[in-house]
Amino acid sequence: MNVYADNAATTKVSKAALDAMLPCFTETYGNASSPHHIGQEAAKLLIASRKTIADLIGAEPSEIIFTSGGSEADNQALVTAANLGAKKGKKHIISTKIEHHAILHTLNKLEREGFEVTYLDVYENGVVRLEDVEKAIRPDTALVTVMYANNEIGTIQPIKEIGALCKEKGVIFHTDAVQAAGHLPINVKEQNIDMLSLSAHKFHGPKGAGVFFVRRGIPISAIIEGGAQERGKRAGTENIPAIVGMAAAFQEACDNMAVNMPKVQALRDKLIGGLLKIEEVILNGDREKRLPGNVNVSVKGIEGESLLMMLDIQGICASSGSACTSGSLDPSHVLLAIGLIHEVAHGSLRLSLSEYNTEEEIDYILEKLPPIVERLRSMSPVWKRMKEVK
Amino acid sequence: MLYSEKVMDHFANPRNVGEIENADGVGEVGNAKCGDIMKIFLKIDDGIITDVKFNTFGCGAAIATSSMATEMIMGKSIDEALKLTNKAVAEALDGLPPVKMHCSVLAEEGVRMALLDYYTKRGEVMPEEYRPKCDGDCSECE
Repeated sequence: MNVYADNAATTKVSKAALDAMLPCFTETYGNASSPHHIGQEAAKLLIASRKTIADLIGAEPSEIIFTSGGSEADNQALVTAANLGAKKGKKHIISTKIEHHAILHTLNKLEREGFEVTYLDVYENGVVRLEDVEKAIRPDTALVTVMYANNEIGTIQPIKEIGALCKEKGVIFHTDAVQAAGHLPINVKEQNIDMLSLSAHKFHGPKGAGVFFVRRGIPISAIIEGGAQERGKRAGTENIPAIVGMAAAFQEACDNMAVNMPKVQALRDKLIGGLLKIEEVILNGDREKRLPGNVNVSVKGIEGESLLMMLDIQGICASSGSACTSGSLDPSHVLLAIGLIHEVAHGSLRLSLSEYNTEEEIDYILEKLPPIVERLRSMSPVWKRMKEVK
Repeated sequence: MLYSEKVMDHFANPRNVGEIENADGVGEVGNAKCGDIMKIFLKIDDGIITDVKFNTFGCGAAIATSSMATEMIMGKSIDEALKLTNKAVAEALDGLPPVKMHCSVLAEEGVRMALLDYYTKRGEVMPEEYRPKCDGDCSECE
Protein backbone atom coordinates (compact mmCIF):
# COMPACT_ATOMS: atom_id res chain seq x y z
CA MET A 1 0.00 0.00 0.00
CA ASN A 2 1.25 3.51 -0.80
CA VAL A 3 0.30 6.22 1.67
CA TYR A 4 1.13 9.86 1.04
CA ALA A 5 1.20 11.55 4.43
CA ASP A 6 3.44 14.50 3.60
CA ASN A 7 0.84 17.05 2.54
CA ALA A 8 2.51 19.84 4.51
CA ALA A 9 5.49 19.46 2.16
CA THR A 10 3.35 19.49 -0.95
CA THR A 11 0.11 18.07 -2.27
CA LYS A 12 -1.17 16.22 -5.27
CA VAL A 13 -2.73 18.52 -7.88
CA SER A 14 -6.52 18.11 -7.85
CA LYS A 15 -8.41 17.09 -10.95
CA ALA A 16 -10.25 20.42 -10.99
CA ALA A 17 -6.96 22.31 -10.90
CA LEU A 18 -5.37 20.15 -13.58
CA ASP A 19 -8.40 20.44 -15.87
CA ALA A 20 -8.32 24.21 -15.50
CA MET A 21 -4.60 24.33 -16.24
CA LEU A 22 -4.24 22.07 -19.27
CA PRO A 23 -5.82 24.38 -21.90
CA CYS A 24 -3.45 27.15 -20.76
CA PHE A 25 -0.51 25.22 -22.17
CA THR A 26 -1.85 24.64 -25.66
CA GLU A 27 -4.80 26.97 -26.26
CA THR A 28 -4.75 30.08 -24.08
CA TYR A 29 -0.96 30.12 -24.05
CA GLY A 30 -0.64 33.82 -24.86
CA ASN A 31 1.31 36.40 -22.94
CA ALA A 32 -1.24 38.35 -20.92
CA SER A 33 0.55 41.58 -21.86
CA SER A 34 0.02 41.01 -25.61
CA PRO A 35 -2.79 43.00 -27.24
CA HIS A 36 -3.70 40.28 -29.76
CA HIS A 37 -6.57 37.89 -29.16
CA ILE A 38 -4.54 34.96 -27.83
CA GLY A 39 -2.84 37.27 -25.35
CA GLN A 40 -6.15 38.75 -24.36
CA GLU A 41 -7.63 35.31 -23.71
CA ALA A 42 -4.78 34.78 -21.24
CA ALA A 43 -5.38 38.22 -19.74
CA LYS A 44 -9.02 37.32 -19.15
CA LEU A 45 -7.99 34.17 -17.27
CA LEU A 46 -5.60 36.23 -15.18
CA ILE A 47 -8.34 38.71 -14.26
CA ALA A 48 -10.79 35.91 -13.43
CA SER A 49 -8.20 34.10 -11.27
CA ARG A 50 -7.36 37.27 -9.40
CA LYS A 51 -11.04 37.91 -8.69
CA THR A 52 -11.64 34.32 -7.54
CA ILE A 53 -8.78 34.43 -5.06
CA ALA A 54 -9.57 37.93 -3.84
CA ASP A 55 -13.20 36.97 -3.16
CA LEU A 56 -12.15 33.86 -1.25
CA ILE A 57 -10.03 35.82 1.24
CA GLY A 58 -12.27 38.88 1.51
CA ALA A 59 -9.90 41.11 -0.47
CA GLU A 60 -10.14 43.28 -3.58
CA PRO A 61 -8.59 42.04 -6.85
CA SER A 62 -6.29 45.07 -6.84
CA GLU A 63 -4.84 43.84 -3.54
CA ILE A 64 -3.57 40.56 -5.02
CA ILE A 65 -0.04 40.20 -6.39
CA PHE A 66 0.80 36.89 -8.02
CA THR A 67 4.21 35.50 -7.08
CA SER A 68 6.20 32.33 -7.68
CA GLY A 69 5.09 30.97 -4.32
CA GLY A 70 5.02 31.46 -0.58
CA SER A 71 8.72 32.19 -0.15
CA GLU A 72 8.67 35.04 -2.64
CA ALA A 73 5.52 36.49 -1.06
CA ASP A 74 7.13 36.31 2.39
CA ASN A 75 10.28 38.00 1.12
CA GLN A 76 8.33 40.77 -0.57
CA ALA A 77 6.10 41.36 2.45
CA LEU A 78 9.05 41.82 4.77
CA VAL A 79 10.98 44.02 2.37
CA THR A 80 7.86 46.13 1.76
CA ALA A 81 7.29 46.68 5.49
CA ALA A 82 10.97 47.26 6.15
CA ASN A 83 11.26 49.92 3.45
CA LEU A 84 8.17 51.69 4.75
CA GLY A 85 9.42 51.53 8.31
CA ALA A 86 12.89 52.76 7.44
CA LYS A 87 11.41 55.89 5.80
CA LYS A 88 9.74 56.73 9.11
CA GLY A 89 12.75 55.78 11.19
CA LYS A 90 11.02 52.61 12.41
CA LYS A 91 13.47 49.75 12.38
CA HIS A 92 11.97 47.20 14.75
CA ILE A 93 10.17 44.03 13.67
CA ILE A 94 8.32 41.48 15.78
CA SER A 95 8.14 37.84 14.75
CA THR A 96 8.25 34.38 16.34
CA LYS A 97 10.83 31.66 16.86
CA ILE A 98 8.86 29.19 14.75
CA GLU A 99 8.46 31.01 11.43
CA HIS A 100 9.35 29.39 8.13
CA HIS A 101 12.88 30.01 6.87
CA ALA A 102 11.46 32.26 4.14
CA ILE A 103 10.63 34.64 6.99
CA LEU A 104 13.54 33.92 9.32
CA HIS A 105 16.27 34.20 6.72
CA THR A 106 14.78 37.43 5.34
CA LEU A 107 14.66 38.79 8.89
CA ASN A 108 18.32 37.83 9.34
CA LYS A 109 19.13 39.83 6.22
CA LEU A 110 17.20 42.83 7.56
CA GLU A 111 19.07 42.52 10.87
CA ARG A 112 22.33 42.79 8.98
CA GLU A 113 20.91 45.95 7.40
CA GLY A 114 20.30 47.50 10.81
CA PHE A 115 16.84 46.29 11.79
CA GLU A 116 16.18 44.93 15.24
CA VAL A 117 13.98 41.83 15.44
CA THR A 118 12.15 40.48 18.47
CA TYR A 119 11.52 36.73 18.17
CA LEU A 120 8.60 35.82 20.39
CA ASP A 121 8.59 32.61 22.41
CA VAL A 122 5.90 30.06 21.68
CA TYR A 123 6.01 28.04 24.89
CA GLU A 124 5.58 24.28 25.11
CA ASN A 125 2.36 24.21 23.10
CA GLY A 126 3.84 26.10 20.17
CA VAL A 127 1.41 29.02 20.33
CA VAL A 128 2.28 32.71 20.61
CA ARG A 129 0.69 34.63 23.47
CA LEU A 130 -1.13 37.83 22.67
CA GLU A 131 0.19 39.60 25.74
CA ASP A 132 3.74 38.91 24.55
CA VAL A 133 2.97 40.57 21.23
CA GLU A 134 1.49 43.54 23.06
CA LYS A 135 4.52 43.88 25.33
CA ALA A 136 6.90 43.69 22.38
CA ILE A 137 5.28 46.50 20.35
CA ARG A 138 7.30 49.72 20.54
CA PRO A 139 6.90 53.17 18.98
CA ASP A 140 9.49 52.16 16.37
CA THR A 141 7.89 48.83 15.47
CA ALA A 142 7.49 48.68 11.70
CA LEU A 143 5.95 45.23 11.36
CA VAL A 144 4.52 42.27 13.21
CA THR A 145 4.79 39.02 11.23
CA VAL A 146 3.31 35.86 12.73
CA MET A 147 2.46 32.76 10.75
CA TYR A 148 -1.17 31.63 10.65
CA ALA A 149 -0.28 27.97 11.25
CA ASN A 150 3.06 26.29 11.70
CA ASN A 151 4.36 23.97 9.00
CA GLU A 152 5.98 21.46 11.34
CA ILE A 153 3.81 21.15 14.43
CA GLY A 154 0.63 22.57 12.88
CA THR A 155 -0.12 25.00 15.69
CA ILE A 156 -2.64 27.73 14.85
CA GLN A 157 -1.72 31.21 16.04
CA PRO A 158 -4.22 33.82 17.31
CA ILE A 159 -4.07 35.77 14.04
CA LYS A 160 -7.31 37.72 14.38
CA GLU A 161 -6.41 38.95 17.86
CA ILE A 162 -2.85 39.86 16.88
CA GLY A 163 -4.28 41.67 13.84
CA ALA A 164 -6.68 43.65 16.01
CA LEU A 165 -3.88 44.61 18.34
CA CYS A 166 -1.68 45.77 15.47
CA LYS A 167 -4.55 47.76 14.00
CA GLU A 168 -5.07 49.50 17.34
CA LYS A 169 -1.34 50.28 17.62
CA GLY A 170 -0.98 51.31 13.99
CA VAL A 171 1.55 48.60 13.14
CA ILE A 172 1.50 46.65 9.86
CA PHE A 173 0.56 43.02 10.36
CA HIS A 174 1.71 40.26 8.01
CA THR A 175 0.84 36.59 8.26
CA ASP A 176 2.45 33.69 6.42
CA ALA A 177 -0.69 31.67 5.69
CA VAL A 178 1.00 29.09 3.50
CA GLN A 179 -0.06 26.15 5.68
CA ALA A 180 -3.48 27.59 6.52
CA ALA A 181 -4.77 28.65 3.10
CA GLY A 182 -7.37 26.24 1.80
CA HIS A 183 -7.50 24.47 5.17
CA LEU A 184 -8.63 27.18 7.57
CA PRO A 185 -10.93 30.14 6.87
CA ILE A 186 -9.23 33.36 5.78
CA ASN A 187 -10.86 36.77 5.73
CA VAL A 188 -8.32 39.56 5.66
CA LYS A 189 -10.85 42.16 6.80
CA GLU A 190 -12.34 40.22 9.70
CA GLN A 191 -8.91 39.00 10.75
CA ASN A 192 -7.30 42.44 10.50
CA ILE A 193 -4.58 41.25 8.14
CA ASP A 194 -2.56 43.88 6.23
CA MET A 195 -0.36 41.48 4.29
CA LEU A 196 -0.62 37.76 3.69
CA SER A 197 1.32 35.05 1.83
CA LEU A 198 -0.07 31.85 0.41
CA SER A 199 1.14 29.10 -1.87
CA ALA A 200 -0.86 27.03 -4.37
CA HIS A 201 0.84 23.67 -3.95
CA LYS A 202 -0.22 23.31 -0.32
CA PHE A 203 -3.90 23.03 -1.26
CA HIS A 204 -3.76 20.76 -4.31
CA GLY A 205 -2.75 23.49 -6.74
CA PRO A 206 0.48 23.43 -8.77
CA LYS A 207 3.97 24.37 -7.60
CA GLY A 208 5.30 27.74 -8.75
CA ALA A 209 2.36 29.97 -7.90
CA GLY A 210 1.60 32.01 -4.81
CA VAL A 211 -0.15 35.13 -3.66
CA PHE A 212 1.07 38.23 -1.88
CA PHE A 213 -1.96 40.08 -0.54
CA VAL A 214 -1.36 43.71 0.41
CA ARG A 215 -4.06 45.91 1.83
CA ARG A 216 -4.78 48.93 -0.36
CA GLY A 217 -2.85 52.02 0.69
CA ILE A 218 0.36 50.21 1.61
CA PRO A 219 3.05 51.11 -0.95
CA ILE A 220 4.59 47.89 -2.23
CA SER A 221 8.30 47.39 -2.85
CA ALA A 222 9.12 45.28 -5.89
CA ILE A 223 11.81 42.68 -5.34
CA ILE A 224 11.91 41.52 -8.96
CA GLU A 225 12.46 44.33 -11.43
CA GLY A 226 11.53 44.24 -15.09
CA GLY A 227 8.28 44.61 -16.98
CA ALA A 228 5.06 46.23 -15.83
CA GLN A 229 3.30 43.02 -14.81
CA GLU A 230 1.37 43.08 -11.51
CA ARG A 231 1.21 46.88 -11.74
CA GLY A 232 4.98 47.05 -11.75
CA LYS A 233 5.21 45.38 -8.37
CA ARG A 234 6.29 41.98 -9.62
CA ALA A 235 7.96 41.75 -13.00
CA GLY A 236 8.00 38.65 -15.16
CA THR A 237 5.50 37.11 -17.55
CA GLU A 238 2.64 35.73 -15.48
CA ASN A 239 2.65 31.97 -14.99
CA ILE A 240 -0.90 31.67 -16.31
CA PRO A 241 -1.27 27.87 -16.12
CA ALA A 242 -0.13 27.83 -12.49
CA ILE A 243 -2.19 30.89 -11.54
CA VAL A 244 -5.31 29.42 -13.15
CA GLY A 245 -4.64 26.10 -11.41
CA MET A 246 -4.14 27.90 -8.11
CA ALA A 247 -7.46 29.72 -8.43
CA ALA A 248 -9.29 26.49 -9.29
CA ALA A 249 -7.68 24.59 -6.44
CA PHE A 250 -8.32 27.37 -3.95
CA GLN A 251 -11.96 27.65 -5.00
CA GLU A 252 -12.36 23.90 -4.59
CA ALA A 253 -10.58 23.85 -1.21
CA CYS A 254 -12.64 26.73 0.19
CA ASP A 255 -15.93 25.36 -1.19
CA ASN A 256 -15.27 21.99 0.44
CA MET A 257 -13.66 23.24 3.64
CA ALA A 258 -16.75 22.63 5.77
CA VAL A 259 -16.77 18.99 4.68
CA ASN A 260 -13.02 18.36 4.55
CA MET A 261 -12.07 19.93 7.88
CA PRO A 262 -14.02 17.52 10.11
CA LYS A 263 -13.13 14.58 7.86
CA VAL A 264 -9.39 15.21 7.90
CA GLN A 265 -9.51 16.11 11.58
CA ALA A 266 -11.12 12.76 12.40
CA LEU A 267 -8.31 10.95 10.55
CA ARG A 268 -5.75 13.09 12.38
CA ASP A 269 -7.28 12.34 15.76
CA LYS A 270 -7.38 8.63 15.09
CA LEU A 271 -3.73 8.70 14.04
CA ILE A 272 -2.66 10.75 17.07
CA GLY A 273 -4.60 8.42 19.37
CA GLY A 274 -2.94 5.36 17.85
CA LEU A 275 0.57 6.81 17.90
CA LEU A 276 0.33 7.90 21.53
CA LYS A 277 -0.38 4.28 22.48
CA ILE A 278 3.22 3.45 21.55
CA GLU A 279 5.55 3.66 24.56
CA GLU A 280 7.48 6.95 24.94
CA VAL A 281 5.85 8.76 22.04
CA ILE A 282 4.90 12.38 22.68
CA LEU A 283 2.77 14.79 20.66
CA ASN A 284 4.51 17.99 19.59
CA GLY A 285 2.38 21.14 19.47
CA ASP A 286 -0.97 22.04 20.96
CA ARG A 287 -3.55 19.25 20.85
CA GLU A 288 -6.48 21.54 19.98
CA LYS A 289 -5.08 24.63 18.22
CA ARG A 290 -3.76 22.53 15.39
CA LEU A 291 -4.17 22.21 11.63
CA PRO A 292 -6.79 19.58 10.71
CA GLY A 293 -4.20 17.43 8.94
CA ASN A 294 -1.12 17.83 11.14
CA VAL A 295 0.35 15.08 13.29
CA ASN A 296 3.80 15.60 14.79
CA VAL A 297 5.22 13.24 17.37
CA SER A 298 8.63 12.50 18.82
CA VAL A 299 9.50 8.85 19.08
CA LYS A 300 12.04 8.74 21.86
CA GLY A 301 15.19 6.70 21.40
CA ILE A 302 15.30 6.73 17.63
CA GLU A 303 16.39 9.11 14.92
CA GLY A 304 13.85 10.55 12.51
CA GLU A 305 15.52 9.90 9.19
CA SER A 306 15.94 6.19 9.80
CA LEU A 307 12.29 6.08 10.83
CA LEU A 308 11.28 7.82 7.59
CA MET A 309 13.35 5.44 5.51
CA MET A 310 11.81 2.40 7.19
CA LEU A 311 8.32 3.85 6.65
CA ASP A 312 9.19 4.53 3.01
CA ILE A 313 10.15 0.88 2.52
CA GLN A 314 6.56 0.13 3.61
CA GLY A 315 5.22 2.71 1.13
CA ILE A 316 4.51 5.44 3.66
CA CYS A 317 5.72 8.98 2.85
CA ALA A 318 6.26 11.19 5.89
CA SER A 319 8.66 13.85 7.12
CA SER A 320 10.90 14.62 10.10
CA GLY A 321 12.49 17.60 11.80
CA SER A 322 15.68 15.66 12.45
CA ALA A 323 19.00 17.19 11.45
CA CYS A 324 19.60 14.40 8.98
CA THR A 325 16.65 15.46 6.88
CA SER A 326 17.62 19.11 6.90
CA GLY A 327 21.15 18.70 5.60
CA SER A 328 22.58 20.36 8.70
CA LEU A 329 23.53 18.94 12.06
CA ASP A 330 20.88 20.81 13.99
CA PRO A 331 17.34 19.58 14.43
CA SER A 332 14.38 21.78 13.60
CA HIS A 333 14.32 25.26 15.16
CA VAL A 334 10.60 24.79 15.76
CA LEU A 335 11.06 21.68 17.89
CA LEU A 336 13.85 23.35 19.86
CA ALA A 337 11.61 26.42 20.34
CA ILE A 338 8.93 24.32 22.04
CA GLY A 339 11.59 23.10 24.44
CA LEU A 340 12.51 19.67 23.11
CA ILE A 341 16.02 18.47 23.88
CA HIS A 342 18.13 17.64 20.81
CA GLU A 343 17.80 13.88 20.94
CA VAL A 344 14.00 14.04 21.23
CA ALA A 345 13.83 16.60 18.42
CA HIS A 346 15.93 14.25 16.26
CA GLY A 347 13.23 11.62 16.76
CA SER A 348 10.39 13.69 15.39
CA LEU A 349 7.95 12.36 12.83
CA ARG A 350 5.48 14.51 10.93
CA LEU A 351 2.53 12.91 9.19
CA SER A 352 0.43 15.50 7.36
CA LEU A 353 -2.91 14.40 5.99
CA SER A 354 -5.32 15.68 3.36
CA GLU A 355 -8.83 14.85 2.24
CA TYR A 356 -7.33 12.28 -0.12
CA ASN A 357 -6.23 10.12 2.81
CA THR A 358 -8.50 7.32 4.00
CA GLU A 359 -9.18 5.55 7.25
CA GLU A 360 -7.63 2.39 5.77
CA GLU A 361 -4.41 4.33 5.28
CA ILE A 362 -4.42 5.43 8.91
CA ASP A 363 -4.92 1.81 9.96
CA TYR A 364 -2.04 0.82 7.70
CA ILE A 365 0.29 3.42 9.26
CA LEU A 366 -0.71 2.31 12.75
CA GLU A 367 -0.07 -1.30 11.80
CA LYS A 368 3.35 -0.71 10.21
CA LEU A 369 4.82 1.84 12.58
CA PRO A 370 5.06 -0.03 15.93
CA PRO A 371 7.27 -2.89 14.64
CA ILE A 372 9.55 -0.34 12.91
CA VAL A 373 9.87 1.64 16.14
CA GLU A 374 10.60 -1.55 18.05
CA ARG A 375 13.23 -2.61 15.55
CA LEU A 376 15.06 0.72 15.52
CA ARG A 377 14.90 0.95 19.31
CA SER A 378 16.32 -2.56 19.62
CA MET A 379 19.52 -1.31 17.96
CA SER A 380 19.60 2.12 19.62
CA PRO A 381 22.13 2.78 22.39
CA VAL A 382 20.12 5.90 23.31
CA TRP A 383 16.96 3.87 23.88
CA LYS A 384 18.84 1.25 25.93
CA ARG A 385 20.31 3.97 28.13
CA MET A 386 16.86 5.52 28.61
CA LYS A 387 15.48 2.19 29.74
CA GLU A 388 18.40 1.63 32.11
CA VAL A 389 17.90 5.03 33.73
CA LYS A 390 14.25 4.19 34.29
CA MET B 1 20.16 13.41 -1.68
CA LEU B 2 20.19 9.86 -2.92
CA TYR B 3 21.45 6.74 -1.18
CA SER B 4 23.08 3.93 -3.17
CA GLU B 5 21.46 0.51 -3.32
CA LYS B 6 24.18 -0.82 -1.02
CA VAL B 7 23.42 1.83 1.60
CA MET B 8 19.73 0.95 1.39
CA ASP B 9 20.54 -2.76 1.70
CA HIS B 10 22.76 -2.28 4.76
CA PHE B 11 20.17 0.07 6.26
CA ALA B 12 17.19 -2.23 5.68
CA ASN B 13 19.09 -5.43 6.55
CA PRO B 14 21.89 -4.33 8.86
CA ARG B 15 24.54 -6.99 9.59
CA ASN B 16 25.90 -7.68 13.08
CA VAL B 17 23.30 -5.78 15.10
CA GLY B 18 23.48 -6.47 18.81
CA GLU B 19 25.80 -6.51 21.78
CA ILE B 20 28.53 -8.85 22.98
CA GLU B 21 28.57 -9.72 26.66
CA ASN B 22 32.00 -9.43 28.25
CA ALA B 23 33.35 -7.98 25.01
CA ASP B 24 37.12 -7.58 24.72
CA GLY B 25 36.63 -4.05 23.43
CA VAL B 26 33.71 -1.62 23.46
CA GLY B 27 33.72 1.82 21.84
CA GLU B 28 31.07 4.51 21.68
CA VAL B 29 31.31 7.61 19.49
CA GLY B 30 29.09 10.52 18.47
CA ASN B 31 26.49 12.24 20.56
CA ALA B 32 22.74 12.55 20.60
CA LYS B 33 22.95 16.29 20.01
CA CYS B 34 24.24 15.66 16.50
CA GLY B 35 21.81 12.83 16.04
CA ASP B 36 24.27 9.94 15.70
CA ILE B 37 25.62 7.55 18.32
CA MET B 38 27.48 4.39 17.42
CA LYS B 39 28.53 1.66 19.83
CA ILE B 40 30.82 -1.16 18.66
CA PHE B 41 31.52 -4.42 20.54
CA LEU B 42 34.52 -6.64 19.71
CA LYS B 43 35.43 -10.22 20.57
CA ILE B 44 39.12 -10.78 19.94
CA ASP B 45 40.98 -14.10 20.06
CA ASP B 46 44.71 -14.34 19.37
CA GLY B 47 44.72 -10.95 17.68
CA ILE B 48 41.83 -11.85 15.38
CA ILE B 49 38.38 -10.23 15.56
CA THR B 50 36.17 -13.30 15.92
CA ASP B 51 32.94 -11.41 16.55
CA VAL B 52 31.72 -7.85 16.20
CA LYS B 53 28.34 -6.27 16.95
CA PHE B 54 26.95 -2.77 16.88
CA ASN B 55 24.16 -0.57 18.25
CA THR B 56 23.43 2.69 16.48
CA PHE B 57 21.10 5.63 17.03
CA GLY B 58 21.15 7.62 13.86
CA CYS B 59 20.07 8.20 10.32
CA GLY B 60 20.03 5.68 7.49
CA ALA B 61 23.66 6.36 6.61
CA ALA B 62 24.77 5.95 10.23
CA ILE B 63 23.14 2.52 10.42
CA ALA B 64 24.49 1.48 7.01
CA THR B 65 28.08 2.58 7.78
CA SER B 66 27.97 0.77 11.14
CA SER B 67 26.81 -2.38 9.41
CA MET B 68 29.41 -2.14 6.65
CA ALA B 69 32.27 -1.33 9.04
CA THR B 70 31.49 -4.34 11.21
CA GLU B 71 31.33 -6.57 8.16
CA MET B 72 34.69 -5.26 6.94
CA ILE B 73 36.56 -6.06 10.15
CA MET B 74 34.93 -9.39 10.96
CA GLY B 75 37.56 -12.14 10.93
CA LYS B 76 40.35 -9.63 10.38
CA SER B 77 43.47 -9.08 12.47
CA ILE B 78 43.77 -6.10 14.78
CA ASP B 79 46.33 -4.57 12.42
CA GLU B 80 43.92 -4.81 9.52
CA ALA B 81 41.05 -3.39 11.59
CA LEU B 82 43.18 -0.46 12.67
CA LYS B 83 43.74 0.41 9.05
CA LEU B 84 40.02 0.62 8.25
CA THR B 85 39.33 4.12 6.97
CA ASN B 86 36.11 6.03 6.60
CA LYS B 87 36.82 6.30 2.88
CA ALA B 88 37.01 2.54 2.55
CA VAL B 89 33.67 2.20 4.34
CA ALA B 90 32.05 4.83 2.12
CA GLU B 91 33.51 3.22 -1.02
CA ALA B 92 32.30 -0.22 0.03
CA LEU B 93 28.82 1.31 0.20
CA ASP B 94 29.20 2.71 -3.33
CA GLY B 95 29.54 6.20 -1.90
CA LEU B 96 27.66 8.43 0.51
CA PRO B 97 26.03 11.81 -0.07
CA PRO B 98 28.48 14.58 0.97
CA VAL B 99 26.37 15.60 3.99
CA LYS B 100 26.57 12.00 5.22
CA MET B 101 30.34 11.54 5.04
CA HIS B 102 30.57 12.24 8.77
CA CYS B 103 28.69 8.97 9.34
CA SER B 104 31.56 7.04 7.78
CA VAL B 105 34.00 8.94 9.99
CA LEU B 106 31.91 7.87 12.94
CA ALA B 107 32.22 4.22 11.84
CA GLU B 108 36.01 4.44 11.56
CA GLU B 109 36.24 6.15 14.92
CA GLY B 110 33.85 3.65 16.49
CA VAL B 111 36.05 0.72 15.49
CA ARG B 112 39.19 2.51 16.74
CA MET B 113 37.49 3.46 19.99
CA ALA B 114 36.59 -0.20 20.59
CA LEU B 115 40.18 -1.20 19.81
CA LEU B 116 41.50 1.48 22.16
CA ASP B 117 39.35 -0.10 24.87
CA TYR B 118 40.85 -3.49 23.98
CA TYR B 119 44.42 -2.18 24.27
CA THR B 120 43.61 -0.36 27.51
CA LYS B 121 42.01 -3.44 29.10
CA ARG B 122 45.17 -5.43 28.33
CA GLY B 123 47.39 -2.70 29.69
CA GLU B 124 48.88 -2.16 26.25
CA VAL B 125 49.41 1.04 24.34
CA MET B 126 47.54 1.64 21.10
CA PRO B 127 49.71 2.83 18.22
CA GLU B 128 49.51 6.61 18.28
CA GLU B 129 48.56 7.04 14.63
CA TYR B 130 45.38 4.97 15.02
CA ARG B 131 44.09 6.57 18.20
CA PRO B 132 40.55 7.86 17.73
CA LYS B 133 40.42 11.61 17.25
CA CYS B 134 36.67 12.13 17.37
CA ASP B 135 35.71 14.34 20.27
CA GLY B 136 32.01 13.81 19.66
CA ASP B 137 31.58 17.14 17.93
CA CYS B 138 30.13 16.17 14.58
CA SER B 139 30.61 19.63 13.11
CA GLU B 140 34.32 18.78 12.97
CA CYS B 141 33.54 16.37 10.17
CA GLU B 142 31.71 18.88 7.99
